[in-house]
Amino acid sequence: MGTYSVTEPSKASKWVAGLLVVAYTIITLLPLMWIISTSFKTGPDSISYPPKVFFEPTVEGYVNLFTTRTRPAVSELDTLPPPDGLFEEIARRQGTIITGPSRFGERFLNSVIIGFGSTALSIFLGTLAAYAFSRFKVPLKDDLLFFILSTRMMPPIAVAIPIYLMYRQLGLSDTHVGMILLYTGVNISLAVWLLKGFIDEIPREYEEAALIDGYTRFQAFRKVVLPQAATGIASTAIFCLIFAWNEYAFAVLLTSGNAQTAPPFIPTIIGVGGQDWPAVAAGATLFLLPVMIFTILLRKHLLRGITFGAVRK
Amino acid sequence: MAEVILTGLSKSYGTTRALQDVGMTIPDGAFVVLLGPTGAGKTTILRLIAGLDKPDNGDVRIAGHSVMQVTPAQRDVAMVFQQYSLYPHLTVRDNLAFPLRSPIIAMPEAEIAKRVQEVAEVLRIPHKLDNKATALSGGEMQRVSIGRALVRNPSIYLMDEPLSSLDAKLRADLRIELKRIHADMAATFLYVTHDQIEAMTMATHVGVLDRGKLVQFGTPRDIYENPVSTYVAARLGQPHINLLPASAFPGAPDNAAQIGLRPEHILVGEGQDTTIHRVEHLGDQTRLHLTLGPHNLITLTEPHTALKPGETLKIRPHNPLWFDATGNRI
Repeated sequence: MGTYSVTEPSKASKWVAGLLVVAYTIITLLPLMWIISTSFKTGPDSISYPPKVFFEPTVEGYVNLFTTRTRPAVSELDTLPPPDGLFEEIARRQGTIITGPSRFGERFLNSVIIGFGSTALSIFLGTLAAYAFSRFKVPLKDDLLFFILSTRMMPPIAVAIPIYLMYRQLGLSDTHVGMILLYTGVNISLAVWLLKGFIDEIPREYEEAALIDGYTRFQAFRKVVLPQAATGIASTAIFCLIFAWNEYAFAVLLTSGNAQTAPPFIPTIIGVGGQDWPAVAAGATLFLLPVMIFTILLRKHLLRGITFGAVRK
Repeated sequence: MAEVILTGLSKSYGTTRALQDVGMTIPDGAFVVLLGPTGAGKTTILRLIAGLDKPDNGDVRIAGHSVMQVTPAQRDVAMVFQQYSLYPHLTVRDNLAFPLRSPIIAMPEAEIAKRVQEVAEVLRIPHKLDNKATALSGGEMQRVSIGRALVRNPSIYLMDEPLSSLDAKLRADLRIELKRIHADMAATFLYVTHDQIEAMTMATHVGVLDRGKLVQFGTPRDIYENPVSTYVAARLGQPHINLLPASAFPGAPDNAAQIGLRPEHILVGEGQDTTIHRVEHLGDQTRLHLTLGPHNLITLTEPHTALKPGETLKIRPHNPLWFDATGNRI
């Protein structure tokens, strides 16, 4: 047990603390709100000065994000048949016609495949490695653990050139497998170290009891260790996903036509006749959602807290 | 139900020698209690039998077969740990059912439910079956972990101080309960404790361990009445045996260095003068603290004694235990 104060904080200090939290919340949420509100603005509204806080919302940005359009001559527009569907109608309102889907959906899907794929692989390998390091006599254990940690001691981008050349030789450039392996390589050290800490906390006696109760080592791992490491696995997964999801530099360098993820794609969204800020904002907003949903889903697990209560200490 | 034979077991953890050449036969249906202070190697013996650790030397045979090459699961032993015993992510019911659901036993669910209910009633926890294991008191947790062993019908039950965390009342109840289970099921028990009451009341055999060595093995009565050394003599008996220099009383054998006196070895009313310096009334008995020259000793007298501190009392040894200079019995 740590030491903690048992005196109630004074009213004034509670107020100060509350104000600081509110101020911090506003500062962190403001850019987010700006992006989300921009995604629902029209092109002119998005660049008006002073910025509009209240405006008539529109989904133009989202329509533009998912489509490619051209702007025909006004006389030509009048000769067209009436718009077919909501997207076409919204495009017409801007004086454009839809010529096809954009590549955003595809890029977004790439992000999902690569982000979740590398997270799953990092967690899978990390859990097994962490368990081995935690429980078994691994030769050169300390050196291996230090080596794993040392891969984190420089920014990953420092090895960009060798990786670029290697990937070109191996045919991994611009492939999903290549990006999953790369992000797993970066995340695995974090996963092993975090998970080893969590598994170290689980007393060996639980597995020993399971071994005696008639289970094999692997069954004991699955039925006893994994459920108790769930909290650690969930938080490690969030860290891994956030890195892989947001990674920009390697994605720019190593992906283009095939496996490009959303981060390098979003800034390249150009509208018809100038930068289409609402479409960019719409892309950024949609891009935020998966990590947010993933975190909220696992939050319950994170908060369920320490389950080591069945232990007599 | 099986005989378990240990031969020449040695085990070191790093530079610490936990066990040295321990041999013991646990007869089928016996209730063997291992007695010794912390660090004597009691738990190590359980772990070697269970297969959680491998001995450096020696052999463990269960029901006639060496189990050295056999996994813990295949050894068919049940173990109650001193702590960390319950799976915190499971309910009490699932904790109790856990061994029965193992691939080795794989009992049908209907039978498991029946078995769990039976054991829960023996341990008086049926109302707690659907609680999370974490929502129990210490005593309840320990009962569940005993229950997790009892649901099975193994070759041998290994118990590592299972009652040490319980309060006195519950401990007394469970002592009787374990003894009853032992009798009803004709099960073989190897039970580790440092509580001499548990040893005396439950054991058919007692093994006394001293720094990794088995120093004596026999019935509780035998260990109490014929200890091989001062160390063993000090393990059993309430109040503790009095150990005095042999010269304190006349009639010592030639090579005796110490005399061991339990209360029943002290005859009152004749012999040497002692001074009573304290009288402790414990209700059912009274302890007398006596001074004999530079030595102190404790003996028992009747509950309603009229003796008072400061009075003089004559005492004489009667069939005492004599020990030589190394502490071994003569």
